[in-house]
Amino acid sequence: MSIFVDDDTRVVVQGITGGEGRFHTQQMMEYGTNVVAGAVPGKGGQEVEGVPVYDTVSEAVEEEDANASVVFVPPAFAGDAIFEALDTDLDLVVAITEGVPTQDMAKVNKRLSEVDTRLIGPNCPGIITPGEAKLGILPGNIFEEGNVGLVSRSGTLTYQVVSNLTERGIGQTTAIGIGGDPIIGTSFVDALEAFENDPDTHAVVMCGEIGGEDEEQAAQFIAENMDTPVAGFIAGRTAPPGKRMGHAGAIVSGSGTGTAESKINALNDAGVPVGDTPNEVADHIEDFL
Amino acid sequence: MVMKLHEYQAKNIFAEAGIPVPESRLASSVDEVMDAVEDIGYPAAIKAQVHVGGRGKAGGIKIAMDEDEARQAAEDILGMDLKGYTVDRVLVEAGVDFENELYVGITMDRGEGKPVAMVSTEGGVNIEEVAEENPDAIAREHIDPAFGLHPYQARKIVFDAGIPRDVAFDVASFLSTLYDLYEANDASDIEINPVMITSDRDVVAADAVMNIDDDALFRHEDLAAMEEDSYEDELEAKAGEYGFDYVRLSGNVGIIGNGAGLVMTTLDLVDYFGGKPANFLDIGGGAKASRVANALDMVFSDENVDSVVFNIFGGITRGDEVAKGINEALEQFDEIPKPVVVRLAGTNAEEGMEILNTDLVQVEGTLEDAVQRAVENAQEVSQ
Repeated sequence: MSIFVDDDTRVVVQGITGGEGRFHTQQMMEYGTNVVAGAVPGKGGQEVEGVPVYDTVSEAVEEEDANASVVFVPPAFAGDAIFEALDTDLDLVVAITEGVPTQDMAKVNKRLSEVDTRLIGPNCPGIITPGEAKLGILPGNIFEEGNVGLVSRSGTLTYQVVSNLTERGIGQTTAIGIGGDPIIGTSFVDALEAFENDPDTHAVVMCGEIGGEDEEQAAQFIAENMDTPVAGFIAGRTAPPGKRMGHAGAIVSGSGTGTAESKINALNDAGVPVGDTPNEVADHIEDFL
Repeated sequence: MVMKLHEYQAKNIFAEAGIPVPESRLASSVDEVMDAVEDIGYPAAIKAQVHVGGRGKAGGIKIAMDEDEARQAAEDILGMDLKGYTVDRVLVEAGVDFENELYVGITMDRGEGKPVAMVSTEGGVNIEEVAEENPDAIAREHIDPAFGLHPYQARKIVFDAGIPRDVAFDVASFLSTLYDLYEANDASDIEINPVMITSDRDVVAADAVMNIDDDALFRHEDLAAMEEDSYEDELEAKAGEYGFDYVRLSGNVGIIGNGAGLVMTTLDLVDYFGGKPANFLDIGGGAKASRVANALDMVFSDENVDSVVFNIFGGITRGDEVAKGINEALEQFDEIPKPVVVRLAGTNAEEGMEILNTDLVQVEGTLEDAVQRAVENAQEVSQ
């Protein structure tokens, strides 16, 4: 088992004719993902890596039975591309694009409350179920099939922790990068809930960072609803207030909210051990298994 | 993140939208200030135009009742250092005879994923203190971005906040206009503190903070043109030119990496192993050799840096490109200015390790080992 993506996921790539879209389509297919279509307005009838391209997402769904999309569309058009995907009744939309205007995401967020489609991202590395499918830009070779779920706001930090796990022979059910923007689709709580309901996931890693209150909410969810053990990591302990650390969401406000300390305390109070280093997170997971 | 507008820029935008602002002029010399006050009259406010919060407390805003005070204020404020920024312009503004001071703000509530409008009768003071000590004093309403601020919501906030009845509708309409500006300009926040209710019962924006979501600047050429470099130091300006996410800190271990979360983690590990991080520098995804060389140049330019750690976990970034960039950057030196520890993992890391000139850098296999070695190097250099 796994969460959100598996062998049956049939992917349409929005923006497949662009540089990133093309390269990662090839990478996804090499990994074994069922990429069944591309969607680029005005490029219908072309082929990329042997995959047929359609002008609209709805055509790709009708013709190729796609049930998920990956968005590689540039930021100026990404909000619109996500709306298009949400209006086609897909199960899952994964938005990789970095730099989507926040007010566009506020409108997307409103739409999400009206549809059944799940959005992951934007500004995220995507999702992978090792051995079955990857939707996004994660390097497939560091993952291994196994029983640990992983959810993280950051891409490269995910890779770091995954490699710490894989080196010890600890594989993963599914790993998700939820993205570093202020407004995102799938939250920590959504991913944790899905891992809790997945019988093959025996432990979960949650990598958070400074800014916002998502980690605190996740801690509350873990305390109240989870039997599966969770180990955590929080990046940004040394970040000074008022300075943004790369991600649009990674900022400790002047009034002291969103600090690493508050997140670590919340997780500890929920019984979640928080590693001082990524390797220590792997130690905790090893203890759980 | 955000592009900050100066008070005078935000007030121009407000005035064009029909929001009343006090009469004002921009001045960059004492003579210009004196000309301006002659036209505007007394009392006049002389206000530093720098991107710093709490200007008043820091001495960046003064009220002049006559010519002598105006000259004194101009001399004091122009050229002063305000929390690291040099003041080169002031806004000379007509004093407002007010009876009430309100707080009005619109910002994005991350948790809700919606904008929120806020009004309080406790304006003119630090609103964060009000929010903490007496949260009920701030009336709030979340806004559905698909519809905007409904007129009834604007009225509801105003009545909830206890705004005097005779100006309630005026404040509600003021708030509606402000939300239109928020949406039309892709603002991330607008804050007016205080909004003054004058003795004639007019509603006037006496201050103006407006920040624009810089991810949306592509559709606001007019706003993008207003951006003025206001970096706190030369290195941050240089990072802006190179297009890096860079934050300067006070330690001596320079840090370069890819991806915000991993770079933050590298900073945290420097601290964990007893060192002090000198900076946050994210080269971003898919960086080519030249970008890597620029990153090293940045960190070497920081006098405080005694040692450097370069930590790359490649996804779309390729280890061989990084190695090439590091070689290029270091081969131009007769002597490497500061010891560099490199750790490469992920995509093409092995190829990178083969290319890397190990006469010039120290190589470590794990993140922890790389950071520890860089901290040791810094301790040796600084002794």
